[in-house]
Amino acid sequence: MPTNPLNLLWLQSGGCGGCTLSLLNAEQPHLFALLEEAGIHLLWHPSLSQESGAEALDILAACAEGRERLDILCVEGSIMTGPHGTGRFHMLSGTGRPMMSWVLDLAARARQVLAVGTCAAFGGITAGGGNPGGAVGLQYDGEHVGGLLGPQFRAASGLPVINVAGCPTHPGWVLDTLLALALRRFTENDLDPYNRPRLYADHLVHHGCPRNEFYEFKASAEKASDLGCMMENMGCKGTQAHADCNTRLWNGNGSCLRGGYACVSCTEPRFEEPGHPFAETPKVAGIPIGLPTDMPKAWFVALAALSKSATPKRVRENAVADHTVVVPVVRKTGLK
Amino acid sequence: MTTRILGPFNRVEGDLEVHLDIADGRVTAARVNSPLYRGFEEMLPGKHPLDALVIVPRICGICSVSQSAAAAAALRDLMGLTPPPNGRLAEYLVTACENLADHLTHFYLFFMPDFARLVYHERPWFAAVESRFKAVAGSAAADMLPARAEFMHLMGLMAGKWPHTLSLQPGGTARALEQADILRLVTVLRGFRRFLERHTFGDSLETVAGLDSLAALDRWRDGRRGDLAMFLTVSDDLALHDLGRATDRFLSHGAYGLFPAGVWDGGAGELDPGAIVEDVSHAWMAGDPLPPAEGLTRTLPDKADAYTWCKAPRYGGQVMETGALARQMLAGHPLIRELVAVHGGSVQARVLARLLELAIVVPEMERWARALTPGEPWCYHAELPDEGSGMGLVEAARGALGHWLSVRHGRIRNYQIIAPTTWNFSPRDAAGVPGALEQALAGMAVEAGDPMPVAVQHVVRSFDPCMVCTVH
Repeated sequence: MPTNPLNLLWLQSGGCGGCTLSLLNAEQPHLFALLEEAGIHLLWHPSLSQESGAEALDILAACAEGRERLDILCVEGSIMTGPHGTGRFHMLSGTGRPMMSWVLDLAARARQVLAVGTCAAFGGITAGGGNPGGAVGLQYDGEHVGGLLGPQFRAASGLPVINVAGCPTHPGWVLDTLLALALRRFTENDLDPYNRPRLYADHLVHHGCPRNEFYEFKASAEKASDLGCMMENMGCKGTQAHADCNTRLWNGNGSCLRGGYACVSCTEPRFEEPGHPFAETPKVAGIPIGLPTDMPKAWFVALAALSKSATPKRVRENAVADHTVVVPVVRKTGLK
Repeated sequence: MTTRILGPFNRVEGDLEVHLDIADGRVTAARVNSPLYRGFEEMLPGKHPLDALVIVPRICGICSVSQSAAAAAALRDLMGLTPPPNGRLAEYLVTACENLADHLTHFYLFFMPDFARLVYHERPWFAAVESRFKAVAGSAAADMLPARAEFMHLMGLMAGKWPHTLSLQPGGTARALEQADILRLVTVLRGFRRFLERHTFGDSLETVAGLDSLAALDRWRDGRRGDLAMFLTVSDDLALHDLGRATDRFLSHGAYGLFPAGVWDGGAGELDPGAIVEDVSHAWMAGDPLPPAEGLTRTLPDKADAYTWCKAPRYGGQVMETGALARQMLAGHPLIRELVAVHGGSVQARVLARLLELAIVVPEMERWARALTPGEPWCYHAELPDEGSGMGLVEAARGALGHWLSVRHGRIRNYQIIAPTTWNFSPRDAAGVPGALEQALAGMAVEAGDPMPVAVQHVVRSFDPCMVCTVH
């Protein structure tokens, strides 16, 4: 068993750095306090640590050679394998070596490996549009297991790469996972079929959606800024995407749905290539192709038709307005 | 002559490598390598034009909203839309929130920790600076992180989340606020003001924003507590006003209807976007110099004489610097104009311009928030044309960001992006003229035995580089 503090090394490659910036949004406590309280020591993080240049490379080399204990390796961003498998689309500065090859060496030494964000997990947005950079995830290439490290890879702990997917990740998803690791409360049973932590991936974005009344009645938004349900027309995948965005909430009280826009299912493999414009719902014979998870199609169609016909005027009118135009009636008889 | 390769530069956004030629203790030439290529400009052609709103923010996690705003602006131009007043104000608030949070992150987490390095342990200010600004452990991070996170509640309210929002639309914002939201927004802004006045400035924002000369700054800082005063102490002792001068030519796209667009070359002039050309002579890219509306992105990894994935934008053939310093030069801030007139654009001027923007823009945000009107429109709508083009010019925290979009048969035909650090960290052009950082580093004195000279790090970080935007 490793002893506390756990040594954490963070690397960034073919991503945007947004998962780190999101992590800085952690509150109560703030990021550095939480890490300290969890007994996690930041060996090096490219955005946050003091050490530069040779000092930083010494830390990486010590981990790669086994001179420094590497308890947790976090990789943010996809692995750039291009051009032609050389990895030259990201040479780690100051080393003349592809980041791809650093990650292979370090993952082989790490007790746990975390893919932070959908790029690191599955390739993500960087793998979209024909994937010009040859971007892959650490252990997945889209929905296919493999990626850089291959299907058989296991970290020294015995776990596969933990895919903290999300674009970006919620700070809580990363920190809860780290805390569970630090408390030795994280086992293979805590991973879902895509190796995402179940602590957030066992939920659907739909859970806690503030537009739920519109969903119930299939009172649908037709254009950006409408208040109605975005599943029928606006491309929303909240009823299918695995994440707790509408119960955990972002930046105080936010979420995509609360921000007025559809869930693009950013925690899912291949979200970057949905096969339709992001803001449009693909349909066959007027019925969305992507039905709510676990919902039989015949029932969905029957219930949708019924609830549409039962939609109250208030819900129908508010659905296509940007603010409440009809307020709930105030009953003067007392609530029973 | 020796050549030294510096990297990784941490505490910048993304990965960066700098090559220095050194002779007689001085840098004779610098070459800046942006070592990551992902290929966003190759991904976008063929996509639905509105898909850009999902894809381009993900170029960058620290300038995400700026990328959103530039895409929305380019689409707006294509569609011929004008947002309603609420939509315009919402965009100002959301972009200002990102830009100011980035200024804060730069100062507290990226830039100041370098003065907590042991190389400075004999300076009289060292103990105070180390205890306040040492990376991860310093007291400033514990003050700043909660303040930043609470300020970012503005994003939760107005943009759903940060980074990577889809709230900003060509016709305004998808998130209409109601009375209760606006009240919370006002409270969030008050909290951020309180942090800045207490910790960063030790004075009211209005007083700091109104410092109008070097003499006024000197009087103000005398005996002053706070993080800006601490920076000024360090800056004077290390003569940061004499460090890191680039071309003193500045470019800004203009921001918030508050800071004007323009170029500065000894005096302020109009910005002509038609004068912008991207040169790829020293990038691992194929092609000739082209205006971004016609730009081409085709990698050529084995190209001789190339040393970066970054193209070299030029304005009328000239190297330009962009960022808060450029914005404030063009806005005519008297203190910044005087600083540059006396010392040129320096490490000190760049950092001071950012901090001044915090003091100038937060009171404006308070005014914008109070001008929001529930019940009035937030977003206008229009059909997307099947053919056409659009240009979106905005300001990210670190400077001018431009998107050039063309559409054919209802799909994106070409999408080109010039980011702030593409300007600042550009390589040489076909005439051999180095980019802004390369010029700022040339001539610097460097210690023989120091593998990563700290003064070089000050100059590099003074630009607040965003490497993931640079190449995209």
